[in-house]
Parts: sequence; structure tokens; C-alpha cells
Amino acid sequence: MLPNELNDLYKEVILDHYKNPRNSSEIIEPLHKARGYNPFCGDEVNLQLNVDNNQVIQEVGFQGHGCAISQATASLMTESIKGKSIQEALAIREEFRKMMQGEQSNLELLQDLEILEGVRNFPVRIKCSLLSWSTLEDSLS
Amino acid sequence: MMDINSIKKDFPILKKQINNTPLVYLDNAASTQKPNQVIQSIVESYELYNSNVHRGVHTTSMEATERYELAREKVAKFINAKSNDEIVYVRNTTEALNLVAYAWGLNNIDSTENIVVTELEHHSNLVPWQFVSQKTNCELRIIPTTPEGTLDLSSIDKLITESTKIVSIVHVSNLTGTINPIDEIIKKAKSVGAKVCIDAAQSVPHMPVDVQQIDCDFLAFSGHKMLAPPGIGILYGKTEILEKLEPFLRGGEMVKEVTYSSATWNDIPTKFEAGTPNFIDPIGLGVAIDYLSNIGMENVRQHEKDLIKYALDRLTEIPGLEIIGPTNPEMRGGVATFSMNDIHPHDIGTILDQRGIAIRTGHHCGMPYHKKLGLSATSRASFYLYNDYNDIDKLVDGMNDVINYFK
Ligand SMILES: Cc1ncc(COP(=O)(O)O)c(C=O)c1O
Repeated sequence: MLPNELNDLYKEVILDHYKNPRNSSEIIEPLHKARGYNPFCGDEVNLQLNVDNNQVIQEVGFQGHGCAISQATASLMTESIKGKSIQEALAIREEFRKMMQGEQSNLELLQDLEILEGVRNFPVRIKCSLLSWSTLEDSLS
Repeated sequence: MMDINSIKKDFPILKKQINNTPLVYLDNAASTQKPNQVIQSIVESYELYNSNVHRGVHTTSMEATERYELAREKVAKFINAKSNDEIVYVRNTTEALNLVAYAWGLNNIDSTENIVVTELEHHSNLVPWQFVSQKTNCELRIIPTTPEGTLDLSSIDKLITESTKIVSIVHVSNLTGTINPIDEIIKKAKSVGAKVCIDAAQSVPHMPVDVQQIDCDFLAFSGHKMLAPPGIGILYGKTEILEKLEPFLRGGEMVKEVTYSSATWNDIPTKFEAGTPNFIDPIGLGVAIDYLSNIGMENVRQHEKDLIKYALDRLTEIPGLEIIGPTNPEMRGGVATFSMNDIHPHDIGTILDQRGIAIRTGHHCGMPYHKKLGLSATSRASFYLYNDYNDIDKLVDGMNDVINYFK
């Protein structure tokens, strides 16, 4: 057994975000929104965003259900993109993707999201972690 | 009685280590492991008998053909078909059911008539009938389920009526393990003159099934769920029906005489085996059937009944765990499906995998039923003849580990 890998996956912070998701209230009539769904496992993320005139994300809300990894990532993502410009948010997404694929990634941009690094040891779970990011991209396109 | 320890020794994969612990394989409803006997028969087929069937006058082709047809005979005996010609080789259950839907369904049903399925269908016995219903504008009727996950037959007289052309139902559910009362449903179907198609993917591998006794018109199952390789499935059809049936796929082998403008069809079952078939995997299926027959299907069923009883007892000890499907082992195959408050099946699957325990998580190709339950996914441990109580104990220990992570 490799309990360390499991401990890296189910870190306390991750489980805390799963059980107590941040930014979980729904924004009514948002400027941007999207629904992400993974039919394979039923993970779902609904995302709403409001940006100001300078394209800075002022409000973000998400609701969803699914595994700990998908929901904790969504919660962590909302924290990391709030107050960032759309361009910055998409740059974070790109760094996150690199981290999941084991490429060199910019930890300064990722900040708290680095905690999800352990997911990449579980290849079938990576898509759980990418769901909220593709939903973010959909909401902005 | 069955000696599980010696059975386990026949399955090389059960010696595999995952994260330094032995594999505990509990995903048998999805696919089963192969004993040495089956693996060796495949090797031998390639080493000694590899040649296209029904084509050559040379020795190896004739030997290959003989082995291919001998396997068909074994299948026919195993399910007690009247004749070997009632056994059509296909890829899997899904292809068998599509064959029935395309070749029989599209040609025999009109817009005033209907098809009956159940809420417990695997997608493979639902989606093809949705297609027939859309193409012919006929109604698709669905037998509902009780909260316990058994079929609710209280309105059967309103569902199976004079205008019903075919009743296509799952024998044992891969979602709930429910053993459906097919005798009662078939009797009703026959009384209105409807044809009956049985999805036996989870029954033929696990219990005695006699097609003459149940009196179905079609029956479908997959080799890979009964110790055989994944490239072979079976469609059983009654002779008189197969003879009248239009072909499903057209081309080489399935024809008798061909001109530039038309063709006539070969005899059954060849009429349904267009092109070069998978002539290796049926050999493995024949050997798998020998293996199962040596043990005895009554014994296989009894063993799984003991396992499911033990599994349901032990799993219900776990706080927050809810069993999906009937709790009476008499009504249930070796399929233990469950959900846990607040812990998603994928997280359960990942943590169990770290202990070498392989279970299935997701919707198990039954999205509509999961939607009805209000769940997007469940966890499922499913058993076969090489599983024992110890495997179930490991599953329960693993579940306690899961709870520790999430508490
Ligand atoms: C009840 C049932 N029907 C049909 C199928 C489809 O079998 P296959 O994937 O071999 O075509 C399965 C297997 O997943 C099943 O459990």
C-alpha cells in the first residue's frame, strides 16, 4: 500500500473545501455562466461570474455535486480567480493543466491550488480536477 | 461443494499485486477473469489452428472450422437450445440485442404497436429499442420498479397488451442484482402473442438457464462475463424465427448465391455471421463453458447466493451505507450495489484501489435508473466463483478506511 499517495490526494484542506465549499451561493442573472458535466461519473459544476468594466472577476459562484476532487477543485478555483482579470484566470487555468500533466508550472500563479498536485498520481481522477476549469473556459467563451 | 482455493489457483491474475497487496477482484459484473484453461486454449488456437473458418479445403482451416462449430455445440447444450443452428456468434450482448432490434424490430412493428422493456435495463437493452420506437413510431412502454428495486408488475396487464409485439427484458440486473420474475412476464407476453427477448448478460454466467424451459424467442449474453475472451457473444434465437428473420449485416459468408443484382441468404446461423468471424474467441468460450459445467451452474449460483448474503449483512454494518436493490438473497444475483452519505463513489473506488480492491463506480450503464434513484453514481462490488468471504471482509475493511478519510 502507498498510503502517502492517498494522503496527498485527500489532504485535509481538500476535504475541507469538499465539505464546506467556498463561494457556493448562486449569482442570479450573472454576466457569464456555464454548466460542466462529466457523464462518466456524473460530476457536475455550475459556475456563474460577474466581471466589471475592466474585465476583473468581481463575483463568482458555483454549485455542484460529485466526488471530493471535482468539488474541492471548483471551490479552490473560485477562490483563486476572484479579483483576477479574465486573462489572469485563464492563465491560471493553463498553469493548472500543466501541473496535472506533470509539466513545469508557475507556482506563483497557482498559489493555493498547488495543494491539488497529488491528483496527478491518479490519472483517472485528473479529469475530475479539470472539470471546473473547462467550465470556467466555457462560461467565458 | 466448491473448493474456492483451488479455483483461485486456476486464475493467474489473482496472483497480481496492486500496491503490494493481492488483487481482490470484485468487478465481475463488468467483466470476469480467465482461468489458465481458457488462456491456454487461445494460445493453442493461434499456435496450431489459426486459419479462416468455412473457407479452406486445407487441414488447418478444416480443424479451425471443426473447433469453431464444436464450441457452438457446447453453447447450445449449455443453455439447452434445441439445435446448434439457434446459436449465432456475435461480439457481445450489445450486438446481439442490436441484431434483434434491427433485423426483427424494424421489420415487424408498426406505429399502432408497442415494445415493452423495464426500468432496470442496461443501456444496451434500452437504446436499441428507443431507436426502433423512433423509426417505426411505435410506443416504448416501461415496466416500473418498486422502491426496493424489483419490478412492479401490478400494472402488467396495462403494459403488455394485444398491441405489444415484443417484450425485451433483463433477466438479472447489473444495477440492483435483482433476479426478475421472467417466467411470469414471459407467460403474460405469450398470452398476447408478443415475442420475448431476454438480456441474459448477468444470468447465463451465474445460474442455470434453460431456453426451452423459459420459452423465450431470443436471448443474449457475452462471453467475457463468463470466463471467456471479450470478442465473443451469443444470440440465441428459435429456429423458426431466425429462419424468417432478415439479415442484420450483409456481405461474405452469409450468402448462398450472388449475382450482380441480387443475393440469397445462407442457412441459419451463418445468415447472421457476415464476414470473417472472430474464430478464436469462441474456442475460449467453449472451454469456459467446460470449466463452468464441471463445477456445475447450480453450485455457482449457490456460492454467489452465500456470498451476496454475507456481503449484504456485512455492508449494512457500515454506518451511512445504503444497499441499492433487494436484500433477499433469493431474489438477488452476486451484485452488491451501494451508496454512502456524502462520499462519492469515485472517492470510494480510489481508496479501495489503493488496497488492491477493484470495484465499479459510476452509473453502470443505467443512467435513467440512477436518475430515478436521485443518484448520479453508485458503487458496485460483484462476485464470481473465485471470490470468497475473505474478499468481502477486505471490502468491508476498505470501506472503514474510506470512512476514516472522510470523517
Ligand atoms: C445486464 C447487462 N446487459 C447488457 C450488457 C452489455 O454487455 P456487453 O457490454 O458485453 O455488450 C451488460 C454488461 O455490461 C449487462 O450487465
